[in-house]
Amino acid sequence: MACSATAQIIQPLSINSARSVDNSDACTKTLSPSSFLGSTPRINKKLFAVNKSISPLARRPTTVFAVSSDVVKEKKLKSNSSLSNLLITKKEGLELYEDMYLGRAFEDMCAQMYYRGKMFGFVHLYNGQEAVSTGFIKLLKKEDYVVSTYRDHVHSLSKGVPAREVMSELFGKTTGCCRGQGGSMHMFSKEHNVLGGFAFIGEGIPVATGAAFTSKYKREVLKEDCDEVALAFFGDGTCNNGQFFECLNMAALWKLPIVFVVENNLWAIGMSHVRATSDPQIWKKGPAFGMPGIHVDGMDVLKVREVAKEAIDRARRGEGPTLVECETYRFRGHSLADPDELRDPAEKAHYATRDPITALKKYMAENKLVSEAELKAIDKKIDELVEDAVEFADKSPVPARSQLLENVFADPRGFGIGPNGKYRCEDPKFTEGTAQV
Amino acid sequence: MAAAVTQGIGATAALSSANSNKFQFTTRRSLSERKGSSIVIRSDGNPRAGLNQHSNSTRQLVTNAVSTKPESAAASTVSKPGHELLLFEALREGLEEEMDRDPHVCVIGEDVGHYGGSYKVTKGLADKYGDLRVLDTPIAENSFTGMAIGAAMTGLRPVVEGMNMGFLLLAFNQISNNCGMLHYTSGGQFKIPVVIRGPGGVGRQLGAEHSQRLESYFQSIPGIQMVACSTAYNAKGLMKAAIRSENPVILFEHVLLYNLKERIPDEEYVLNLEEAEMVRPGEHVTILTYSRMRYHVMQAAKTLVNKGYDPEVIDIRSLKPFDLYTIGNSVKKTHRVIIVEECMRTGGIGASLTASINENFHDYLDAPIVCLSSQDVPTPYAASLEEWTVVQPAQIVAAVEQLCQ
Repeated sequence: MACSATAQIIQPLSINSARSVDNSDACTKTLSPSSFLGSTPRINKKLFAVNKSISPLARRPTTVFAVSSDVVKEKKLKSNSSLSNLLITKKEGLELYEDMYLGRAFEDMCAQMYYRGKMFGFVHLYNGQEAVSTGFIKLLKKEDYVVSTYRDHVHSLSKGVPAREVMSELFGKTTGCCRGQGGSMHMFSKEHNVLGGFAFIGEGIPVATGAAFTSKYKREVLKEDCDEVALAFFGDGTCNNGQFFECLNMAALWKLPIVFVVENNLWAIGMSHVRATSDPQIWKKGPAFGMPGIHVDGMDVLKVREVAKEAIDRARRGEGPTLVECETYRFRGHSLADPDELRDPAEKAHYATRDPITALKKYMAENKLVSEAELKAIDKKIDELVEDAVEFADKSPVPARSQLLENVFADPRGFGIGPNGKYRCEDPKFTEGTAQV
Repeated sequence: MAAAVTQGIGATAALSSANSNKFQFTTRRSLSERKGSSIVIRSDGNPRAGLNQHSNSTRQLVTNAVSTKPESAAASTVSKPGHELLLFEALREGLEEEMDRDPHVCVIGEDVGHYGGSYKVTKGLADKYGDLRVLDTPIAENSFTGMAIGAAMTGLRPVVEGMNMGFLLLAFNQISNNCGMLHYTSGGQFKIPVVIRGPGGVGRQLGAEHSQRLESYFQSIPGIQMVACSTAYNAKGLMKAAIRSENPVILFEHVLLYNLKERIPDEEYVLNLEEAEMVRPGEHVTILTYSRMRYHVMQAAKTLVNKGYDPEVIDIRSLKPFDLYTIGNSVKKTHRVIIVEECMRTGGIGASLTASINENFHDYLDAPIVCLSSQDVPTPYAASLEEWTVVQPAQIVAAVEQLCQ
């Protein structure tokens, strides 16, 4: 199922056909009940038959959009273990594994550090969703842009920001990627083209659209050789926000090189996706704006990667944006302050069996791509890397007072002219951080 | 009235020489733009829009009150004659010059392209630069402002037009959270050289929602600069300065000032974003104002001069940050301050300015600062009511008379 279904899913729909009723059925055809080889009774419900008889007051969501990871099953059925049939090479497999393991280990360490009082405020962890970040970002070039939300640690790591810098930023140290001024929800990196890190949902989508606009501008106005792509990551809750729809419209209108990646983990803090959304199938919103809308199993890094490849290539070719809905799940609460009492333990248990890291390990083991020892070596390497990041962050200095007034303006003359006729930024107290501005 | 607006050559030369001294003081710090903003000739302007009803006889009377420096006047007439245009054309000229100079400058807004802008500021630019550089957007202020911010972070220099400043309330999220803050939260990694401009202010019976003054709402946002233009000359200069600035700048224009005609220099000039403009030097009282109220003040100044007063009028131009040097020098000279603004009384620019002056120059004040602002009411449609929501020249005259007793 994996290969054939994904092959159907990834065929880009032309804009005209997307508008016709027939082709929107084509989208849904790929998700017919027969494609779901669920293993628990709950999952037998059809994806697009939302059970409307459930009282809105019910706390347990009974409609679970679950697709079990069929990569392994399918491979067994095909019983063809020649390497040419595999979706990834050994090198790629190890890269994907390492990236996902880094994301997991890093976030687990964040939780530890938070409870030890090394970081504060709102910290949102990515455990369980690694397949989306790794699946997409590992296909990007360094010049491509990534825009995320407050759940941005792993996106930054996947894009290449060193773990040391991210951890320092979380500790609020001056060696952090944003000099300690951004924090958990504002990870930026000019070098790796991570454009944030936004605290309000939906806020980053226009910024990503702008980055895609720059790419198109460079190509068409400045006549530069530019095929940079922008990826915008956001959640299910954001898909009810105006900025989402406004940007889908503009991106499709101008055929901007952007991919909108929805990390649908079914929950916006304590608000279940089906309680907040009139039509919970987010991928459908793509064709409404004239772009392909794709649904993919976000717990399976190989499926995500296939879909991502097509979407990113489409954008690079100048054919315009794609909306990809990744069905995924966060193993932890919304943030470290969230007691996570609303979610059904059975739901959590179910998704725990679909841990993307375990699934990839299994796939690689069964196809004899890697040995246990190689994976263990990676585990050890990453564990050490994360420990080193913590140590580095611990030892780093806190920002000095002099940093208070820096970076408010790119041109510090923006603080104006003081009573003595000099620009305030020329006041020696300015660099000390004690000047009146 | 025209002379009272101090576009007479002499007064201007006086101002420019005064300003140029200050420029030399700071040019040491390699503020290169300031070299360009120095000695310029400004000849007699003719502000229209019904602000000037008086004949030559009145003009003669007032001329004496304006200080002149004949020697500088002689020197200044040697340069080129300049060219006459309307304020909106001056804005366009500034924009076009910057777009010619730097291909990264682009315009984003509703109806800026094919329509040429609802106030014609971008007329003809789409034909010249193409539909991508002068981008007609759908009606989605929050998102296209955010898009401009993303574009600015990745190398472009967008100029965002709000068709009416009031519409930018929809973009408040992006302006406050992203525009103002991202340079800081990214630890200085990304700069946002975006210009957000548009017409605001009370017009002619445009109704409450189209008559808003957003400067008071935006002033608390850290990381942005705000300037307000009031003449064709400073409109062009501020537009160029705003585009060249690495900071996000909000340029406030006024609906009623777009048709002001003035003669501006042929040679290129860029004004300073952080400086105030001395409109009319004086001795008795400092009147601080900006945008359209400048003209109400100058009209009142005419009356005041005829009554024997000598007001010093300063167009503060930079709404955030305030030019406390120019303002302070004036306060130290006159010891009396009146602020005349179009903002609402509560929490407006005048309120901030009052606090600032009290804080910094309290010892120099002989009387409490008087702040004349618009009434805290939604702007009514009816012309008679609308007239009474904004400050009128008669009120300014009365306030000065009271203050200078």
